[in-house]
Amino acid sequence: MIYFENRQIVTPGELLAEGDYSAGSNTYKSGNRIYASRLGLVEQQGKTVHVIALNSVYIPSPGDQVIGRIEDINVNGWVVDINSPYKALLRVVDAINKPFRQQKDDLTIFLDVGDLILAKVLAFDRTMDPLLTIREPGLGKITQGQIVKVSPAKIPRIIGRRASMINLLKRETECKITVGQNGIILISGPTPEHEKLAILAIEKIAQEAHTSGLTDRIAEMIRREKMVKA
Amino acid sequence: MSGKVKLIDENGLRVDGRRPNELRSIKMEVGVLSNADGSAYIEQGKSKILAAVYGPRELHPRHLALPDRAILRCRYHMATFSVEERKPPAPTRREIELSKVIREALEPAVFLEKFPRTAIDIFIEVLQADGGTRCIGTTAAALALADAGIPMRDLVAACAVGKVGGVLILDLNDIEDKEGEADMPVAYMPNLGQISLLQMNGSLTIEEFKQALNMALEGCKQIHKLQKEALKAKYVAIREEVETCLQS
Repeated sequence: MIYFENRQIVTPGELLAEGDYSAGSNTYKSGNRIYASRLGLVEQQGKTVHVIALNSVYIPSPGDQVIGRIEDINVNGWVVDINSPYKALLRVVDAINKPFRQQKDDLTIFLDVGDLILAKVLAFDRTMDPLLTIREPGLGKITQGQIVKVSPAKIPRIIGRRASMINLLKRETECKITVGQNGIILISGPTPEHEKLAILAIEKIAQEAHTSGLTDRIAEMIRREKMVKA
Repeated sequence: MSGKVKLIDENGLRVDGRRPNELRSIKMEVGVLSNADGSAYIEQGKSKILAAVYGPRELHPRHLALPDRAILRCRYHMATFSVEERKPPAPTRREIELSKVIREALEPAVFLEKFPRTAIDIFIEVLQADGGTRCIGTTAAALALADAGIPMRDLVAACAVGKVGGVLILDLNDIEDKEGEADMPVAYMPNLGQISLLQMNGSLTIEEFKQALNMALEGCKQIHKLQKEALKAKYVAIREEVETCLQS
C-alpha cells in the first residue's frame, strides 16, 4: 500500500508505505510501515521508497570530491574545513610526493592557512575524522576562479541526470565548473561576466531544485541573459 | 477561581471569545532566518515566538561530545520586551528549566545517532509572551529542526489544556493560566502516537485528567496539520510560481 504520489513533498514522520517495501534514503521502517525522516520529495524505485532531502548537511563519504579551506597546520599535516560537522585531516603523505623531514621542512610552503584545495575523501567512519588526499591528477591547491556555496542536498540536481545539467552549464557559459560534493562549487571562466552568468544559473538551480523541467528552463535563462548582454 | 476575574461567561465563552475547546488563531512560517540552518516563526494569539536551529555542527567544548550520537542543546529565552514589565536578560531559573523540558520533549523525535560527536543547537526566543510559550516554543523548534534538514522520527506538536471556573479549556492564554485552576502542557508526536512532555499545575480529578488529555491530543493534532502545511508552503510557493511562469 502506497500513500503518496511521486515527487510529492513530505514532512518528517509522514507515513509513506505499508507492507512489502524497503526503506531507502531519508526514510525509516517501523514494523512493516515506512515513514519519511526528512523534509523532501518522495520517489518510488521498484520496491524501495526514497526521500530526496531538500536541505541537509554534508556527511563525508570515501571517494567524494570536495573543496575545502585550510584552517590549521599540525606537525604532520593540515586541518581542513570541508563545510561539514566534521573537520577533515590532510596528512603530509597524502599531499606531497617527496620525503618529508618533520624537523626541518616548513609545511606552509605547500599549503598555508586560508588556501583552498580540491581534494578527495580517502576514509571516513563514525569514530574518526575524515582523511583527505590531493595526490591524484587534478587535485590540489586552487589558484583561480570563484566559489559558490549551495546546500549539499542540491548537488545531485546541479550535476543532473547523467551530468546533463552540469554539461549544459559548462557548454553555455564557457566556464570550467568543478563541483564539490560538500556544496562548494568552483567556477573559472574566460571573463568575470561568464563566471557571473554561471553563478546566477547555479543559484537558480538551487532555488528551484524541487521543480520539474529545470534543465530546459536553465538553458532558456542562460540564452536570455546572453541576449541582454549582446 | 480567584473570583476577581470572570474567565467563562454565561454563554460558555472565554475571555477572548473562544469556545472551551478552541485554539487561538495560529500563523506559522518556516525559513525566516537566513543565517540559521533552519528556523521558524509562530504567532499564536498574542504570543510570538522565533526558533532557530544550527547544526549538526562541530561541538565546542570538545569534551562534551558523545561517541555514539549528537547532543541536543536548547536555549529557551524571553526577550526583555516580551512581558509588560521589563524582564532582565539573564536566564532565570524558569527559563533554564523550560530549556531542559523542551529539549527532552524534542530528543525522542530526532535521529541523534546519525551524527556522532556533533551538536545540534536550538534557540527559542520569545518575542511576546501571552501564555503557552513552552508549547509554542516546542512546536516552533520542531519546525526549525525539520527545516534544517535534520532527520526526525516525527514532528513534535505541543498544546496546553487547563481548567477555569470548573470548565476544561484548550490552549490557555496568560490570564487563564494565572487565574485558572489547572494548567497542563502536553507535547505529542502524532504519527508515532507518543507523548514526549506532560506537566501539570493545579488540580484535576482523574476523570477530568483523562478528558483533558484527550482534548490536548486533539489540539496537538490540529497544530501538527498546520506544521505540515507550513513546511510544505515554503517549497510549494516556488513550484507554483514556476508553473504559472510556464503557462504564460
